[in-house]
Amino acid sequence: MRKHGIRLGAAALGLVLALILAVGPAQAADKTLMMATTTSTDNTGLLDYLAPKFQEDTGIELKWSSMGTGKALQFGRDCNADILLVHAPEAEKEYVEEGSGVDRREVMYNDFVIIGPPSDPAGVKGMDVKEALSTIAEKSVVFVSRGDESGTNKKEQSLWTAAGMELPDKQDWYVQTGQGMLKTILVASDRDGYTMTDRGTFIKYEAENNGEPPLVIIVEGDETLFNQYSVITVNPEKCPSVKTDLARTFSDWITSEKTQKVIAEFLLLDKQLFTPNAK
Amino acid sequence: MSFILDGFTQALHLLATGDPETYSAIRATLTVSSMSMTGTLVLGIPLGFLLGYARFPGRRAAKTAVDTMLSLPTVVIGLLVYAMVTRKGPLGDLELLFTLPGVALGQVILGLPIVIAFTATAVESMDPRLRPTLLTLGANPRQVLMATLWEARYSCLVAAVTAYGRIVSEIGISMMIGGNIKWHTRTITTAIALETGKGRFAMAIALGLVLMAIALLVNLAVVGLRRKAVH
Repeated sequence: MRKHGIRLGAAALGLVLALILAVGPAQAADKTLMMATTTSTDNTGLLDYLAPKFQEDTGIELKWSSMGTGKALQFGRDCNADILLVHAPEAEKEYVEEGSGVDRREVMYNDFVIIGPPSDPAGVKGMDVKEALSTIAEKSVVFVSRGDESGTNKKEQSLWTAAGMELPDKQDWYVQTGQGMLKTILVASDRDGYTMTDRGTFIKYEAENNGEPPLVIIVEGDETLFNQYSVITVNPEKCPSVKTDLARTFSDWITSEKTQKVIAEFLLLDKQLFTPNAK
Repeated sequence: MSFILDGFTQALHLLATGDPETYSAIRATLTVSSMSMTGTLVLGIPLGFLLGYARFPGRRAAKTAVDTMLSLPTVVIGLLVYAMVTRKGPLGDLELLFTLPGVALGQVILGLPIVIAFTATAVESMDPRLRPTLLTLGANPRQVLMATLWEARYSCLVAAVTAYGRIVSEIGISMMIGGNIKWHTRTITTAIALETGKGRFAMAIALGLVLMAIALLVNLAVVGLRRKAVH
């Protein structure tokens, strides 16, 4: 019995050690660029697609942490990232003006869409954004919001204001998840409600559901739904630790003609997720 | 319901084919938990021994503090460590944010009270005749100390396993300090949260299976060692 016990213990410890050895030491690269970015570039798989190409072209490894644009900007202010890839033009301009960021460059765009159950419980299909939002509010149909000060959340809030309404907050029909876009779509789908998302993330969601998603596009095509993405370098004067050259390289690379073409070629279900528009 | 079964099948496939994303998360978890366990044990056992063995003023307060810290929520630890290691924080220059050592720092804070409290209790509840017996046998203070620690070794082991269980399963610290960075700081728990959020259950289930397997292996190891103790 005693021998058996020792053997069992030794075998189990050995297995744990073997597992550690088998998976090897963490890989390290000399040059790494730290990016804070919005959830859409991560959730859609765009960065998974771009990062290896960037490393191949420049030898720099791209590391990124995805969060709402509001938090990403705060990460820049706190000097925790070298570069930002975000989508809230107003907040970005403020960020540059206050001296926290430099060299803001537009990279690509897509558009926002309002999605909901195919049965369209509020009957807003075909309406413009203002009309659709006020009808949803009037009929108190569930609307799920990111509620996390992300670019999408900021955009959504500006649309409520544009529709001439107070920002919904405590209403029963207004659900704020405080989480990423795909999670928020799952909540909306669970509650049979509407939500607003960028087209890239929606196509990703469609693809995850084999082209038959529980929520479909209800409102789209409005001019106000334009969604611009930009890169901003964290200001090295405020944050001396920032790897300015690497950030500069990335900024040049992603706005280069070659990479812009690569972005246009990023497809899911044969649909283009982002349209490059660097100047 | 079928998606659970599908997820399970796909999970086995991911594990069997050596899917790099899955194994990267496994590696990150094993690496960071090994680091934090080393820190926890190296600091925790001597401190726990001291708390259980030595008599000093403020000992009762120290015990209360340790017991309170047993229920420190992981998000609070995450918040505290974040405030320390953010670039503008007091430890900002160490560049610990978004790194596994940074996560390990938080996890040591999580594991430490467990190891200290368990070890202290074990040392305290040992047979009171041990010390006088050792002394009559002519042991010097160092030998008394070593013998006491040796007698408490299995309780220390239980402490280590309990601490490991909490460290390997926590998500608050890993998410806030590690940042869930793919190929680097994405651990099993943060990956499960992410994949579930994206509705990709297969990968989440695969990682869940691995986490349970690690728990099983650790417990088998302890069962083995305890058998050795009994016989």
